[in-house]
Amino acid sequence: MTATDASPRTRFREGLRLGVPFAVAGFLVAVSFGVVARDVGLSSVAAIAMSMIVYAGSAQFAAIAILGAGGGVAAAVGAAALMNSRFLPMGVALAPSLRGRAPWRAAQGQAVVDASWALAARGDGTFDRWLLFGSSAVQYVTWTTGTVIGALGGGALGDTDKLGLDAIYPAFFAGLLIAEARSGRARGAAAIGALIALVLVPFAPAGVPVLAASLAALIGLSQRAQAEAEEARA
Amino acid sequence: MSTSVVLIAGCAIVTAAIKSAGPVVLGGRELPARFLGVVSLLAPALLAALVVTQALADGKNLAVGEETAGVVAGGLVAWRTGSIIGCVVVAAVLTAALRAF
Repeated sequence: MTATDASPRTRFREGLRLGVPFAVAGFLVAVSFGVVARDVGLSSVAAIAMSMIVYAGSAQFAAIAILGAGGGVAAAVGAAALMNSRFLPMGVALAPSLRGRAPWRAAQGQAVVDASWALAARGDGTFDRWLLFGSSAVQYVTWTTGTVIGALGGGALGDTDKLGLDAIYPAFFAGLLIAEARSGRARGAAAIGALIALVLVPFAPAGVPVLAASLAALIGLSQRAQAEAEEARA
Repeated sequence: MSTSVVLIAGCAIVTAAIKSAGPVVLGGRELPARFLGVVSLLAPALLAALVVTQALADGKNLAVGEETAGVVAGGLVAWRTGSIIGCVVVAAVLTAALRAF
């Protein structure tokens, strides 16, 4: 995005700042997670521990939805894995921007959540890792505190859907897409990715449509796209 | 309790493994330009997929709901003003307003 030569501390602070709106949204979503987790029979401690250890909103909701519907633990974990499968291509994209030995890179990779990954993308295939860490840190704090509140007494808040929170994440992703997809190849990848996902929604398990959409990035192998990428970096 | 422990441990392990894979296998070295050309398109492809699946899908059904209108309005704000915060606020407020009626 900007000022890549700034110090790690500055980038981290910038990440904290940019992460605040998503931390606020995440807080409210986490409250509803705490409530729903109690509803399907998880203890408060389990719900809070899950948010602290797993820290992956959509996967957590997917897992407890399976439990709530009477499914087994294996099915719940499988649903979480599919829901998180999009982090595989995101991790591949982030990999060249990480430094250090393999265990340290793996640890840094844990900081990937959708909003942070998108914020940290510079648009040329590289990522601002300190911005990613900052943005994820502030979101982690509100994700866990929101779950605590929801699990211990969030029923009092009522139906958080009424607040329109479910529109926040797709709107944010749409906003970033509009801001960053300026080149023809980026718009092409977006259109193909959206199409792949929509076609798969009725048939594939949750999570697979978004993972499959990453195939759209392969149009980057065409010679014209390579030339455009070359220009973008120059 | 044991169900919860297995659930949390299972989810934690698969999530950590998925997030680690790319950084461990491909991190810490320069990758060919062809690879970066593909990687730079992962963001628009995944973002677009997240937008349509969250705004248009209700489970396995494709459906237009209040949040669809909110996201479209937010997208227009982002396009016209370049403000991501404005985009998010308009989307949430419009969605909440439509649900209130």
